[in-house]
Amino acid sequence: MIDFLRRLLRTPQGILGCLIIAVVLIAVVAGGWVTPYGPEDMQALARYKAPSATHWLGTDQYGRDILSRLLDGARSTVAMAVLATFIGTLAGAVLGTGSAYLGGRADEFIMRTVDAVMAIPSLLLALLVVSLLGSNSWNALLAIAIAFAPSMARISRSVALTVRKQDYVSAAIARGEGAGYIVLREMLPNVIAPIVVEMTIRVSFAVMLFATLSFLGLGAQPPATDWGLMVSEARQYLHRSYWILLWPSAAIALTAIGFNLLGDGLRDALNPRT
Amino acid sequence: MSASYILKRVVLIFYTLFVVSVLVFAITQILPADAAVMMLGENATTEALEALRQQMGLNDPVWMQYLHWAGGVLQGNFGISMRTGQPVGPALFSALGTSLTLAVLALVFMLMLAVPMGIIAAVRRGKVADLIVSFISYIGVSLPEFVTATLAVMLIADWWGLLPPAGYVPLSQDFWGGIERLILPIIVVSVMMIAHVSRMVRSELVDVMHTDYIRAARLKGLHPRRVLFRHGLRNALLPAITIVALDVGYLLGGVIVVEEIFSIPGIGRSLMSAIQARDLPVIQAGVMLMAATYSIVNFIADLMYAWLDKRIQYD
Repeated sequence: MIDFLRRLLRTPQGILGCLIIAVVLIAVVAGGWVTPYGPEDMQALARYKAPSATHWLGTDQYGRDILSRLLDGARSTVAMAVLATFIGTLAGAVLGTGSAYLGGRADEFIMRTVDAVMAIPSLLLALLVVSLLGSNSWNALLAIAIAFAPSMARISRSVALTVRKQDYVSAAIARGEGAGYIVLREMLPNVIAPIVVEMTIRVSFAVMLFATLSFLGLGAQPPATDWGLMVSEARQYLHRSYWILLWPSAAIALTAIGFNLLGDGLRDALNPRT
Repeated sequence: MSASYILKRVVLIFYTLFVVSVLVFAITQILPADAAVMMLGENATTEALEALRQQMGLNDPVWMQYLHWAGGVLQGNFGISMRTGQPVGPALFSALGTSLTLAVLALVFMLMLAVPMGIIAAVRRGKVADLIVSFISYIGVSLPEFVTATLAVMLIADWWGLLPPAGYVPLSQDFWGGIERLILPIIVVSVMMIAHVSRMVRSELVDVMHTDYIRAARLKGLHPRRVLFRHGLRNALLPAITIVALDVGYLLGGVIVVEEIFSIPGIGRSLMSAIQARDLPVIQAGVMLMAATYSIVNFIADLMYAWLDKRIQYD
């Protein structure tokens, strides 16, 4: 583990990714408490302010402090994205590993069906699910989890296929263990590492997908501090102040970059090529 | 590549469309919307509603409604839009044409940038050019379309006034005016793919340049440029075909957002307004068309791959 961390921190992607994610995580955990102002406190005299000593990132169209709103929104934006990715990954991993374990006709059937679902763009699938369930953050979370499951099933299956041929799986089958035991206890733990790498990179997509849903009006609803929603609202006031738009955009991009870098760093650390 | 492989792939496309149709039909069935009320309005009499339900087959069991709908789709009849009362098919196909124009132009633009970027990064591996390309691609994959779009409109349209901020003119009507309005959408929708594909071209090319046949070509005394373009690039770009085809799913998703932001009357915009209005026939047909586009593009990509790479023998 120590060795693994050292390898992770030796790559430039790993260091940078860890740094960015650490900052984001601090905002997620402590963001709600350290805000200099209340995220919904309106100051009629301080609207559209550029960054200054009193308002580090400026204020928005109602005179709300942008830094406070960003910090407050970190939880809903990032934590929800991580949770959605995790649920989608878990579902996909169980499906993919199970399919690889069953093999033959069942595997063929499951994978062709998964491929078929993947023919629907994930944004569109998420849109459909949200329109079915109603527009709010929790439904958006579920929609993203559903949209991610098929591709994670595909990845888990290809990893699980190599594990399936290992001796310890044959041994478990010879011992007469049940299918559930073999999939969950023998195979899944051994396919986790590559799946975690993929999941880390997926979180950045989830952050963006979440923001996109909110932007289209199908995720969080005003006056929530979801970053995508902040961008969406800021567009109307572009001619008054571009800071309102710039900061949440930067926050989304930075978080996505962080998870991308971390994922790449993890991948390099897991299978050192040199 | 045998005839049976092609047949198998065609069967798979139909299976895909079958699964998608069942899924979409199921989703739209659960949607809480009474088609009869939507068409006649809240004040319609109970008798009129009942008559319309009877006429539209809304009282039939769900599986019969599905068969009825699927049978219509197979004959090219996608039903009647609840919102406009017009047949869904013609309107959606013309919208699909608009979206495909945008998507194809974006693909061409993407390849024109991403492939050279990948080559430069691979050839100058570890040098400044490589770092710049990978920096750009990290930023590119981390910007959702709506952020890129908003920033691009702010900078290029609002501040510098170089291009119109939104709108659409059919290319057949006013070619240059149409292109002018498509430039921003094309850039926005291809940013993510440029980042992804350039990274992929780079890593494939780096791998290929370390193979024995490249070393052999070098030792033979071939000009480095010839080694790179004739021997290296050919083999590195082949896997790109499959990746780009898979990215088309992502491209179609991006098209939805971009059409919404730039008010382009494509299939994404039709779908968005259909979803907001719960116009079930349009949602069903739109999703089917998107899935069909994706399946067909991937089918063509597989055929191209097999045709270009003679080593692959599908059976």
